[in-house]
Amino acid sequence: MIHLKNVHKRFRRPEGGWFDAVRDTTLHIKAGEIFGLIGFSGAGKSTLLRLINLLERPDHGSVNVDGRDLTSLSAAELRRARQNIGMVFQQFNLMANRTVAANIAFPLEIAGWSRADIDARVAECLDVVGLADRAGHYPAQLSGGQKQRVGIARALAPRPHVILADEPTSALDPKTTQSILDCLQDINARFGVTVVIVTHEMHVIRSICHRAALLDAGEVVELLQVTDKQVAARSALAKSLLEVA
Amino acid sequence: MDEQLTLAQALANLSDLAPEIWQASVETGLMLAIGLSVAIVVGGPLGILLYLTQPGQLFANRAVNGVVGWFVNLVRSFPFIILMVSLVPLTRLLVGSTIGPIAAAVPLSFAAIPYFARLVEQTLREIPRGVIEAAEAMGASPAQIIWKVLLGEARAGLISSLTILTISFLSYSAVAGVVGGGGIGDLAIRYGYYRFQTEVMVAMVLLLVVIVQIIQFAGNHLAARLDKR
Repeated sequence: MIHLKNVHKRFRRPEGGWFDAVRDTTLHIKAGEIFGLIGFSGAGKSTLLRLINLLERPDHGSVNVDGRDLTSLSAAELRRARQNIGMVFQQFNLMANRTVAANIAFPLEIAGWSRADIDARVAECLDVVGLADRAGHYPAQLSGGQKQRVGIARALAPRPHVILADEPTSALDPKTTQSILDCLQDINARFGVTVVIVTHEMHVIRSICHRAALLDAGEVVELLQVTDKQVAARSALAKSLLEVA
Repeated sequence: MDEQLTLAQALANLSDLAPEIWQASVETGLMLAIGLSVAIVVGGPLGILLYLTQPGQLFANRAVNGVVGWFVNLVRSFPFIILMVSLVPLTRLLVGSTIGPIAAAVPLSFAAIPYFARLVEQTLREIPRGVIEAAEAMGASPAQIIWKVLLGEARAGLISSLTILTISFLSYSAVAGVVGGGGIGDLAIRYGYYRFQTEVMVAMVLLLVVIVQIIQFAGNHLAARLDKR
């Protein structure tokens, strides 16, 4: 489903010199799985996630999603391909001047759906995330957990095959965190959407991920298997993350 | 001007001038309407360009941003009255005359373009970068990002900017009036200053005070209604 091959991304430091955020990394994510990217701050996990929909373009290496090499697409083709890859953000990134329904409608508007199809799909997605009674509210009138549900509904609306979640629960309290994780798991189970989730909490991995990659200094240091909420970890770093959690 | 002016006499004088006051108000309205329209149509896109070419934005381009920014600063450096005089040849070319509200609208428009461009740029900066990035991630085209995200999210701020611009240019239009543009400011100078009819001066200033209050009230009201943040 998602194949990152030898992707490398470096950034120019403000004080000069270069910083290798992702180093020559290869990663395969299967269709229908919930895959975690875990590591401490600065490990390169968010950059790696953003390479999947080319919000960051790799300096070299290839990004293949759903059988298409994204790095070789034209700008217009890439926009179409992105409509098949939903994204959920830590800070929600909702449009403040649009209602909940209009926020969810946005990706459908840009994809050129008809008004009737949009209205029907928005209603469906509101149901999936349990916010049918909030359709006419503005983001400012919602709690953090509700805002993230809108973010998830928006990502889900164009029926994507992949949803990328960048620290989706890091701005939320523990109880809300669990409900958002349950929501993502529900979507994965019901619609078979492949979910890639970035986190620094082992709890998130244990709770919903099937597999996870542990990142350190821009490299995958270990692939973790998760079974029955148990994480098999070999490296010292993975064990230290387990202790924190 | 020896005798004391009675209130009754002052009101009678003003009433005699009523047609001219109306005429002056129309001229001021015309100058503003032209100047503000040009500011929106030309200055608005220029402001969006300034914003989008900043480092880290959609069309980050140091050269374009530098050149446009330099030009905007250049025009804004001119004291308005000097800008008016230097634009006389251009005004004559465009309008065929340098007198009247249409002619005065040329330098007014010229000054309003960079002014509004900066206001638009400033307003757009308040949109969180993440919201624009979310639209990019959803596959929105640059045009869709500009129309639906930037203008949609900044609409209240843009109305406030337009309010500031309108009020500033109401007083610029008075300066334009002095050099033959007509309008309320011109009337105040001709009667109130040159003919020593203080009551005309006072009445015109009061009229401007009322207009400014109305514009500000309307602007605040509309901005508050559009702001859902």
